[in-house]
Amino acid sequence: MAVDRDTVTVGTELPALVRTTGFDNWNRYAAVNDEFVPIHMDDDAGRAQGFPGAFGMGNLMWSYLHNLVRDWMGDDGRIVRMGCSFRSPNLRGMTVEARGTVTAVHDEDGERVVELELSVVDHDDHDTVLVPATATVALR
Amino acid sequence: MPDSHITPQMLDLIGLELRSATSFPVTDSDIRRWAIAVYYPDPAPRLFWDAGYAAGTAHGGIVAPEDFNPFAWLTQTEADAGVVARAAGGFVGPEETLGLPAPATTAIINGGTEVEYGVRMRPGDVISSSTTLAEYKEREGRLGLMLFTTSLDTWTNQRSETVKTSRNTLIRY
Repeated sequence: MAVDRDTVTVGTELPALVRTTGFDNWNRYAAVNDEFVPIHMDDDAGRAQGFPGAFGMGNLMWSYLHNLVRDWMGDDGRIVRMGCSFRSPNLRGMTVEARGTVTAVHDEDGERVVELELSVVDHDDHDTVLVPATATVALR
Repeated sequence: MPDSHITPQMLDLIGLELRSATSFPVTDSDIRRWAIAVYYPDPAPRLFWDAGYAAGTAHGGIVAPEDFNPFAWLTQTEADAGVVARAAGGFVGPEETLGLPAPATTAIINGGTEVEYGVRMRPGDVISSSTTLAEYKEREGRLGLMLFTTSLDTWTNQRSETVKTSRNTLIRY
């Protein structure tokens, strides 16, 4: 169910998207993105890069942020822009949580334009931010 | 450790095209599989696989998720050059692509991205990409001297409509 654009105000929170991540998720993403990189498939390769083991694709976190926003907007909404930084690795077995909060709302050309502060965090430790992000969306 | 990874020769590469590519036509199966993979284990939204449902939305038909990559699994550009499958292999950096030796770094991570979206990708679309080297920066980090390389990527469809423009940052140290 898409959000009712008339109810959106500064501070509105998007329903969180929660995923427990590991090879189930990463192998599926590798299969569609042709991204068979050892650090995402092999704990030894992850350790060789200085991490505790294999870790997930940054681009899959990027997709989770898009899923979060699309699920909230509904099919007729429009993502105008999105940006993110990749800060911490999505380690194997970690449950990640994509979250979002409305930071500004204004109307433009018949659309309700909404600024969002987004992040992917460790679900068990919200202070660990894997991917801080922002987005601008248009609700119709 | 060097004082700087950035050489005058590297700065001369700013603004040059790193690569360009044209996709094979996007199919509805490409979109459906992408959506199933990125939404797993939740079901993928019907907009991405149910033509009847999608026809009733503002899009008038199936569209791809904004994050969809039409350049996975070979491009028309590679096929035209005689490439039949991508070789597994190491990362080739922008400097090597443009004929310079790579900076003396040992690790590479995806620093982040900034994207502005235009029209949606749909089944049948042929997407072209042009990527230019935009900027070098560096700073000391926890893991040593870190080199930030930003590239600009513009995607257009077969009607020359902009699909997206991206600024992507690569971090090497």
